[in-house]
Amino acid sequence: MRTLARRIGFYLLTAVAAVTVDFLIPRVIPGNPLDAVLAHTQGQVITKATLRALEVQFGTHSKTGQWGQYLHYWSNLAHGNLGVSTSEGMVPVTTVIRGALPWTLGLVGTATVLSFILGTLLGILIAWRRGTWLDNLLPATTFFQAAPYFFLAFLAIDLFAIKLAWFPSGSARGILDFPAVNWTYISDVLDHAILPALTIVVASGAGWIVGMRNVMVTTMDEDYVLMAQAKGLPKRRVIWYAARNAILPSISGFSLAIGFVVSGALLTEIVFSYPGLGFVLLNAVQEADYALLQGVFLVITMAVLLANLAADFVYVFLDPRTRQEA
Amino acid sequence: MAIGTSTGLGSAPADGASLLPVPDAAGRRMRLQLPRSPKVLIGLAMLAVFLIVAVIGPWIAPYNPSRSFSATASFPQAPSAAHWLGTTQQQQDVLSQLLAGGRSTVLVAFVAGLVATVLSIVIGVTAGYAGRLTDDLLSMLANFFLVLPALPLLIVIFGFLKTAQGGHDLLIGLVIAITGWAWGARVLRAQTLSLRNRDYVESARIVGERGWRIIGFEILPNLTPIVASSFLFTVLYGVGTYTALAFLGLVNPNHWSWGGMLFYAQVAGAEQSGYWWLFIPPGIAVALLGTSLALINFGIDEFINPRLRVAGLSRRRARRAGVSGLPKRFVLGVTPVVRQDLAAAADGTPGWGPGGRAPGGRAPGGRAPGGPAPGAGSADLISASGHAKSRRWRRGGGQ
Repeated sequence: MRTLARRIGFYLLTAVAAVTVDFLIPRVIPGNPLDAVLAHTQGQVITKATLRALEVQFGTHSKTGQWGQYLHYWSNLAHGNLGVSTSEGMVPVTTVIRGALPWTLGLVGTATVLSFILGTLLGILIAWRRGTWLDNLLPATTFFQAAPYFFLAFLAIDLFAIKLAWFPSGSARGILDFPAVNWTYISDVLDHAILPALTIVVASGAGWIVGMRNVMVTTMDEDYVLMAQAKGLPKRRVIWYAARNAILPSISGFSLAIGFVVSGALLTEIVFSYPGLGFVLLNAVQEADYALLQGVFLVITMAVLLANLAADFVYVFLDPRTRQEA
Repeated sequence: MAIGTSTGLGSAPADGASLLPVPDAAGRRMRLQLPRSPKVLIGLAMLAVFLIVAVIGPWIAPYNPSRSFSATASFPQAPSAAHWLGTTQQQQDVLSQLLAGGRSTVLVAFVAGLVATVLSIVIGVTAGYAGRLTDDLLSMLANFFLVLPALPLLIVIFGFLKTAQGGHDLLIGLVIAITGWAWGARVLRAQTLSLRNRDYVESARIVGERGWRIIGFEILPNLTPIVASSFLFTVLYGVGTYTALAFLGLVNPNHWSWGGMLFYAQVAGAEQSGYWWLFIPPGIAVALLGTSLALINFGIDEFINPRLRVAGLSRRRARRAGVSGLPKRFVLGVTPVVRQDLAAAADGTPGWGPGGRAPGGRAPGGRAPGGPAPGAGSADLISASGHAKSRRWRRGGGQ
């Protein structure tokens, strides 16, 4: 399959480029990882040996030059070594990320799929009933899409967490800090996830609604839909025929949207103090923790690339035309 | 305007609109039609208000937004006669901050939109027109920027710009633009690809026009709606991104913007303590600014793809136009189109070129004294299946 081979090739190249960008981040922006560490160790005596060890740790010892540092960075990556986080008590970056990733995946994954399904279904409905009052939903959903994520989150917290006190207003779980998998723990986690997930769904649902509705309106005028209608198929069947053809662009849009959704979720996490990657990333930026920052950025980029690749596969699987063209 | 049923299909000669030369009518419609839709009108009006606030806001603000009114009070004060929108934790006037913060927000967004649009035209149209290796390389660049997670990257960049130039609107707009041009470039490339092989471009090439002239005078004018749409989209993106960055405290906090106000609202714990006047005004302002842009974009969408527009033809409006025999609900396969002249419809001009835009116009003949009888007017219900097929550039045409 040439199409897929080409796509995989593109993603491989993109991944290389992304790693390069990641490598360059601490080198092109003002400041120096070493200074950041030194700022953290105020009052302690820094010996020459320590300094030297730190330089090696950050790959900034000057003898190898930029190219050597770049190769060194790749070799570290190959060994799964992302360095140590200076702001989280010299813990390996991989450990920090491993702790944060499940929260983001759980929250963002669920919310994204939910918003996609709900938005697409609503889009189909609005297209089917065009010319009715449902058309007025479009500008309304636009408002939610245009409103900043965190503003919606503020409103949700103010209303549901403080005034009504239905849900907790932040963090991912209650005081029970031991992840024993039982119902108390699971319900606690769910309780904490509902509000952030809700804001993501409300804010990102509008895009799916409008996209699906626009394609659906166009598809409904196709001859085969008219034919299906004319030969008296039940309405549900006709909608199904039209919808499954109209959904293709939404799926290819899905791959593009993942990047936006991850970004939006960063803000949600920050507002709700949800201990996911976004929260960690902002902390890393504020603490000038270069290694952690690089690591998180790399993981996010790779996640987006993988999601895109998956969406491409699904698309080729769903749309036979893409297979033939290749 | 009049809407008839398909029985009146052939009775067009009495139609005033069809007497006009087609290109002229199309040209005039292009300019006049856009502002007519209520969505666009509302959007434009809202945007105008925001632009005015952006210009005069800092001058009409009742107080200096940074001025602290009380050294003793330590909680934000609720709205009162002296401070219509209350005060912040630092006892600054919220209304003044709102008025002063608009300029920076709007400026950054429009700089981002402008720069990104120029970038996307240069890269997208060049890629589409040049083809081959140039296309491959430029497409790859665009795709790379599309999959690169923008906000995390911007967070990283601004985390370190803050101390240096974080308060500079033009610079912020520029950096946002660099992450925001790729989508427009991709759409423009796809459309240029399809325009490149049209006969009129071929003939221009055979006549011996130079490449830049063909691009500038033959292709670019036909890309105008897409350029406008992608411009608005990028401005919208700029508003959201700038607000987000300021909200995260990554922009110089002494530089007033709506995102900055939200930042201070969070610092004050506004959402936890019920200080709604700290986050509702800037949040609503950003949301309305975004909504106004999206509404105009809806209008452009409907302008490009008339099916989306006629879908909004409500029965109330139809009845007002004196039509009784309209189906209760617009059914499958039959898109009600207000027909202007048979020539344009029968012409079946492919794509969304001037001819393809014909349906949906309001015929001057429809306002004839006495009101047109149903079925005898200039407009008909026709099936639009035929000439809208090639118009799915928006999504299907991508890639």
